[in-house]
Amino acid sequence: MVAQKDNEQRLDRRWVVGKLLENRGDALVIAGVGSTVWDTAAVGDSPLTFPLWNAMGAAAMVGLGLALAQPKRPVLVVTGDGEIIMQMSALSTIAAKRPDNLSIVVMDNEVYQETGGQPTHTGMGTNLAAVAKGCGFESASIVSTEDEVEKLAGAVFARRGLLLAQVKIGRQKAPRVMPPRDGSYLKDRFRGAVLGERAFK
Amino acid sequence: MSSAIAQTRSPSEEGTQVDRPSWSDETFEVLKEFNIRQVAYLPDGALAPLIAKCSQNPDMVATALTTEEEGVMLVAGAWLGGDRSAMLIQCGGVGNCVNMFSLLSVCTIPCVMVVTMRGVWGEFNPWQVPMGKATRGCFELFDFSILDLTDQDSTAETMRAACQLAYGAGRKVVVLVSQRMLGAKVFKE
Repeated sequence: MVAQKDNEQRLDRRWVVGKLLENRGDALVIAGVGSTVWDTAAVGDSPLTFPLWNAMGAAAMVGLGLALAQPKRPVLVVTGDGEIIMQMSALSTIAAKRPDNLSIVVMDNEVYQETGGQPTHTGMGTNLAAVAKGCGFESASIVSTEDEVEKLAGAVFARRGLLLAQVKIGRQKAPRVMPPRDGSYLKDRFRGAVLGERAFK
Repeated sequence: MSSAIAQTRSPSEEGTQVDRPSWSDETFEVLKEFNIRQVAYLPDGALAPLIAKCSQNPDMVATALTTEEEGVMLVAGAWLGGDRSAMLIQCGGVGNCVNMFSLLSVCTIPCVMVVTMRGVWGEFNPWQVPMGKATRGCFELFDFSILDLTDQDSTAETMRAACQLAYGAGRKVVVLVSQRMLGAKVFKE
């Protein structure tokens, strides 16, 4: 367990997501419902980012389907603790396939931010990194310092094996920056950017 | 479990018609014909031969799920990356998928599901009946095109129709494989 830090000392979510996506290149990004959708939009929307406005729990498995379809491109899932614990057994499914191009970063503030800050299970003892490790993730860690985030940013797109990082962040609300929200548009935008003309044949 | 479990054979798998391809073989050929690359599944007695064929095929990526709704999410991700996919599950897990069908609806993502039926024909286990009865309604709720496979001779044309509806017309499609055709599972002491 990491030592409990005061909220003010914890990592700022926007700084973390900005740092992770700073050198994303043509990597593919899935954002899970809630604050991580606003985070990825705030640091720069892209056709290669697919934000899930709902389908809570789906982000990691959508990432798996994408990583298996595009094995040569790095895929990053950025999602929240409340989102991922809704489908925690997906970590077993993902680890069984073990795609080397998939990284999952859980922005863990230990609360359901969007519904008013009710505690999630990561604040009640669930150690997601340990769960991922137990499922067979090659790399799984808890990240709580700026130095560790810098290292993580260098690892998430490296295609060096299946990775999960549980990043302990503060509970401050960040300004809500919204990407487009039409699902069909977002899907076509993403497929067009990944596949070119083939997307619409 | 103390009781031994045996699977009754469907009529065409015994007796005179041993040389004709099984519904599993014919379904597998259609999946190949339509370039289905990702296959998501949960184990099922009736689906086992088809799952084995897909898992062994080097041109396919077969993913074992822990629960059925994961397959819906996988189908969405696969489509984002340009892969066609199929889900192979038993009707007992269709209810698990219902919430996630909204992902396919809101993003207009095509999907082919092959669902083997339980609880509707010669069933021994009462616990299979409620979900068997509710299966069709779950798909109707989310506007799937529903095709019934009720006799083995129609396998190839039904599976082709399903794949064409999905990857031609962009539809969510399910093929419900009849329990009468598959033969009801027999429980023996």
